[in-house]
Amino acid sequence: MSVEIYTPQAFHRQAHDALGNPQIRGNFRKAMDGLMTKRRDIFNDWDLETLRELGANIRLRALAKLPDLLEQLEANCQANGIQMHWAEDGDQACRIIREICQARGAKSVIKGKSMVSEEMHLNAHLEEAGIEALESDLGEYLVQLNEQTPSHIIMPAIHLNTDEISDILHDKTGTERTRDVDYMTAAARQQLRERFMSADVGVSGVNFAVAETGTLCLVENEGNGRMTTTVPPVHIAVTGIEKVVEHLRDVAPLYALLTRSATGQHVTTYFNLINSPRKRGERDGPEEVHLVLVDNGRSSIYQDDELLDTLRCIRCGACMNHCPVYTRVGGHTYGTTYPGPIGSILMPHMLGLEATQDLPSASSLCGACGEVCPVKIPIPDLLVRLRKEAVGEGRGNVLGAGVKRNKKEVAAWKSWQWMATHPGAWRGGTAIAGKLQVMMPAKLGPWTDYRTMPKPAKTSLHALMKRHRQEKES
Amino acid sequence: MSARDTILRRLRERTDGPLAAPKSDFAVVTGRGWSHDERLERFERWITSVHGEVIHTQRDNWLEVLSQVVSAKSIRRLALGREHPVAAEVRMELAASELKLVDSDRDVEGWQRELFEQVDAGLTSVRGAIAETGSLWLWPTQDEPRQLSLVPPIHIAVLDASSIEDTLFDVIEAHGWSQQMPTNALLISGPSKTADIEQTLAYGVHGPKELVVIVRH
Ligand code: SF4
Repeated sequence: MSVEIYTPQAFHRQAHDALGNPQIRGNFRKAMDGLMTKRRDIFNDWDLETLRELGANIRLRALAKLPDLLEQLEANCQANGIQMHWAEDGDQACRIIREICQARGAKSVIKGKSMVSEEMHLNAHLEEAGIEALESDLGEYLVQLNEQTPSHIIMPAIHLNTDEISDILHDKTGTERTRDVDYMTAAARQQLRERFMSADVGVSGVNFAVAETGTLCLVENEGNGRMTTTVPPVHIAVTGIEKVVEHLRDVAPLYALLTRSATGQHVTTYFNLINSPRKRGERDGPEEVHLVLVDNGRSSIYQDDELLDTLRCIRCGACMNHCPVYTRVGGHTYGTTYPGPIGSILMPHMLGLEATQDLPSASSLCGACGEVCPVKIPIPDLLVRLRKEAVGEGRGNVLGAGVKRNKKEVAAWKSWQWMATHPGAWRGGTAIAGKLQVMMPAKLGPWTDYRTMPKPAKTSLHALMKRHRQEKES
Repeated sequence: MSARDTILRRLRERTDGPLAAPKSDFAVVTGRGWSHDERLERFERWITSVHGEVIHTQRDNWLEVLSQVVSAKSIRRLALGREHPVAAEVRMELAASELKLVDSDRDVEGWQRELFEQVDAGLTSVRGAIAETGSLWLWPTQDEPRQLSLVPPIHIAVLDASSIEDTLFDVIEAHGWSQQMPTNALLISGPSKTADIEQTLAYGVHGPKELVVIVRH
């Protein structure tokens, strides 16, 4: 299996390659069809609209009070014995985590699933400092063994099928080649148990951080999250600043929405609420717990009333599962940490529109993503907004705004606009276009790659109607 | 300026001005009004749907049921606490049996490898359960620490039928969680599982392969 480096700049080529790869298309099609059905069925008994409304409200309330809640979270975490760190960007967050590791003389880190750590390339950073970072979520572990990045935020190895996984485990860890999923799972369990025991530090993400109580909530099925946050002597949690919620009760509806939207489960196996390091007399749990709050572009999204909705996201992945583009090209094609619709509205803020200009256009604007989003993010509107920003017609407050502005295109639309608002010119123009139709170009850029070039009729509709009326009258 | 201050200042001096916070109506996650039997039925349906095993018993012969589980699953080493009445009863009743009782009320550093490699099952009490999702809620203690329900391949949980409530929201509110959170609070719904290999479910990937809930009436 070839291991490739994907970039958002090469979106079109990568999409082309993925569309021509029956393996990728088959793997995603099968997985996403199943996920869509499961999600639909699991909400059967629920007043889904009311629940989504509540979810959206809770997230909006948290964002409305964000700076106060972050301070409250900090104070309560500190009161609980959790050490707090703030990072303006990914590099700073990596440095903070490396320094905590170095202060403990750590050589090995075991990691639970954390998209923020992917966003800041934590593993590479730690490895450069001579600290080994091993993923413990089975999907992440497989992807790491295969020297890839996750292709989905909930199911990191969804692009791989059973045979491919069997090959990876065989090649990298020496297990037997098999299609027996239980055997492969047991092998990974064996390989990772040793590593949990020997790891110096556990790193995890956070699903919700509760300001009221200073609680870090973790949602998972495998138990690797619990292992990571319980077994090693140090636990470092890392999260984006937007993950805070005001009250503990707020997590009940969000958790209900998250599990059902993500994989169609009514609940996950574990819901883990961490409040403090090991207290005196307790028998297990880490001696130190740290929380690293990462901004990395989030506070600039926060400035704009419309863009702000992006920060409501609870990272369920439902928008990907339902996106006709994502389900056909797969997650790697986007070349970014977060793929699919959420990635297309989030990544431009992290990497700038120069690098990500094709992502907001990688959508049919069918609206499916907005319809399934459990916190009602108007994703299609945000995609349109970013398209405008890219061509220089938004507010200009997104990094790299205007990068796609094309002078010829602007001039063409300007003259179109002028013609369409001046009836005389319009009539004259269409008449000439009809006469000169043989001189029209056969292609109109990429637009005509998959479309037939429209040909102006010899006689315009206006002229036909006029003639028709005259014939009737005479 | 520190990163903290820079971030907070940016959030406070927001270009588009202050935001209004909407009110939240939690009615949709509470007020189920289920009877005792409905709660029990729902709890059982959901937890068995995710591979949990439920065994009903009367309060006074639950230890017999436990013995049957122990022999049916060939459990030879059972880790458990000492102080919680559930653990204390087991110790009294099964002390003379062939089953080796492993103490969990000691610092894990002293017996980590034993716990990971030799213990067949961990036994814990639970605080209660949630009917809507088939979840157990646990607040691990010094006596029954966090890893007891996580590391051994089988987790046996002892639940009183009367302690099942309707929803997670109800549990958080009724028990005043926000005033007294423990080091670690947990919901457990079934044994550890993964679907990372082509969406095929496999149990026991990192945590227990089996979850047995003994429901005492
Ligand atoms: S944007 Fe909505 S649907 Fe997509 S991951 Fe975020 S919460 Fe889920």
